[in-house]
Amino acid sequence: MQITETLGLLLALSFIISLLALTILIWAIANKQVHTPDADDARSIFTPGEGAEIDTPDKPHHFDTERSGIDQVSASPVMWLIAAAVFWLIYGSLHGLAASLELHLPDLMSGAAQMTFGRMRTVHLNSVAYGWASQAGLAAVFWIIPRIFHTKLRMVGMVKLGIVLWNIGVAAGVMAIANGWTDGLEWLEIPWQIDIVLALGAACFVAPLISTTKHREVHHIYVSGWYFLAAVLWFPVLFIIANIPGVHHGVEQATMNWWYAHNVLGLWLTPLGVGTAYYFIPKIIGKPIYSYAVSLVGFWALALFYSQVGIHHLIGGPVPTWLVTLSVVHSVMMFVPVIAVAINQHVTVARNLWALKESMPLRFIWFGALSYTAASFQGSIEALRSVNTITHFTHYTVGHAHLGAYAFVSLVLMGAIYQIVPRATGKYFPFPRLIAWHFWLNVIGFAVYFLSLTIGGVLQGLAQLDATKPFADSVILLKPYLEGRSLGGGLMTLGHVLLAINLIALGFAKKTRETETDNMVAAE
Amino acid sequence: MNRYLPLAITALAILAMATLFLVIAPGMQIGAQGPSPGLNPYTEAEARGRDVYVSMGCLYCHSQQPRSIAQAPDAERGWGRASVAGDYAYDNPHQLGTMRTGPDLMDIGDRLPSQGWQLTHLYQPRAISSWSIMPAYPYLFEHKDKADPGDVVVKLPPAYAPKTGVIVAKQDALDLVTYLQGMKRQYAPPADGLRDDGYALIAAEQQKQTDAAKASN
Repeated sequence: MQITETLGLLLALSFIISLLALTILIWAIANKQVHTPDADDARSIFTPGEGAEIDTPDKPHHFDTERSGIDQVSASPVMWLIAAAVFWLIYGSLHGLAASLELHLPDLMSGAAQMTFGRMRTVHLNSVAYGWASQAGLAAVFWIIPRIFHTKLRMVGMVKLGIVLWNIGVAAGVMAIANGWTDGLEWLEIPWQIDIVLALGAACFVAPLISTTKHREVHHIYVSGWYFLAAVLWFPVLFIIANIPGVHHGVEQATMNWWYAHNVLGLWLTPLGVGTAYYFIPKIIGKPIYSYAVSLVGFWALALFYSQVGIHHLIGGPVPTWLVTLSVVHSVMMFVPVIAVAINQHVTVARNLWALKESMPLRFIWFGALSYTAASFQGSIEALRSVNTITHFTHYTVGHAHLGAYAFVSLVLMGAIYQIVPRATGKYFPFPRLIAWHFWLNVIGFAVYFLSLTIGGVLQGLAQLDATKPFADSVILLKPYLEGRSLGGGLMTLGHVLLAINLIALGFAKKTRETETDNMVAAE
Repeated sequence: MNRYLPLAITALAILAMATLFLVIAPGMQIGAQGPSPGLNPYTEAEARGRDVYVSMGCLYCHSQQPRSIAQAPDAERGWGRASVAGDYAYDNPHQLGTMRTGPDLMDIGDRLPSQGWQLTHLYQPRAISSWSIMPAYPYLFEHKDKADPGDVVVKLPPAYAPKTGVIVAKQDALDLVTYLQGMKRQYAPPADGLRDDGYALIAAEQQKQTDAAKASN
């Protein structure tokens, strides 16, 4: 009806460009027109003689002297980022839990505007997205990039300045939201005046990474590097375009809103999580990634398709039909990159299942990687019009969002923290059994959370589609599922507290083992 | 991949393409349409009320985008006709919403026009609907010994009324209700109004097939 010729052409064009680009890439790989990353490249994260056995704190992979010096430089900014990230994880989890309780105990916290659901929920989202996941992801980036490039991190002072600015920005942002000062768009609530501080902070992260990349002493850029280097360019572009005041309004603002919000997941948090898993899975196991060449398809297909899925948040809404169809099509095409990553990561783990018993960090990262596959498959199906009409305005979407941002991204990054911290500080975690408790609290808590919202959301959606049922029915039937969500969320929060306890205790502990750096000095 | 610059340039080019398709092209198409004929800009009080709506985060439970009859019974619930892009021309920030823990509010001014109802409901939703899980907003109201001239007193059932004195609405509550009362889309949508017609197209196609099957029998 409203698909004019020009716009129909645009729609077809976008799809054809993406498909053509992908076909050319696959042809080029098959015919060796480009250098296909091979098994030797996949081995580039190991030093000669390294690998073939598990990498745990008491049996660390042996390091050459050069590499040990590399970790020593990145250790302090990485530990700053981890400490700040875990603070925001706790802060955000408590707000999430409170918001969840408010939905089935509405008069529990109605005394002050700062505690109303609409603000608690928003403080939760901004704390965990920008405070926790972004900073934990950056910790992994600043740890891994120098390692895969065999050179030390450059401009460390600037990184630390960035961390200070970023945390000032997040803190000011959530305070503003709690007190009613908001830009009013989902994922973009932090007022643009405060966003300037965040943008400056982001710039302080990007420059040192580019500088480190320029000084790299390896021929091949390992796959984690592609994801990280692209993500740190994508995020500032997204963030700045979305936050320019006075440019966006009305429905155009809504399409921009979901272009941004889904790309924050697809082009920022997802690459951080996927890149981290790509490094630590083979690194911990001691064996290179299975079928490394496929990773090239996974990366470029993610960039091509994920970047255009955002408007599936406006299916059935007041936006042009061609635009919705475009995002639905690209959502389904997301099967391509997700299957590519799944082949790489799951087969590597499946051939070395013994390692899951040995390494707790690997267990977190493996669970996260599985959740990436699950969340993406679910997302592709959820974007189909027939499914979306049921789930669109329901808590099913919240469950899906947490499968992606929590079970995938957050669990990968928690695993990364458990893996990095002993190596960055030269200390064991004082309570290793709490790590296992943390894992199971998160997995069981999340299962309760996810099942509650998924089942409750479908029932909510079906009730709202049934014209014979009053709206009240969809609210009343949801209550037990909202209570289930609070239970699951409570268990998840408890797990996070155990992580914080272990980290704080480690901070006060004395050095319990020699670091690689000490070994290096001793060897000299 | 072994080189940084080609990686960076291609990655940014792909994002530029996505921005063209998802933001710039629809922005031009929507901009060319302009506001729906019959839509008025917000009055000062409505705009203030809208700010309260935004700052309280009403968006996170209430959408403002009724769906088409081909997709869902939104119109039958009294939520109004399917909205088109031009209906939102004066909205900044947009409040389309993605969640219906509560009902859609695009046409709330038509459905529940009473100021008294809205004030009571904002002060304590459970005073009206025992099943409601909406937050109460007591801080938008004031507890006074007796109402001064000009005060709007909130009517409350005994269970929720204060033991002594009265509850009166603060300016924020009055503005918010003015905004809600103004949420009406009584004018007809423009014939070329922009919206996602995917469900209508599918329904029409299915109808055509059913008709063809009947005709061939």
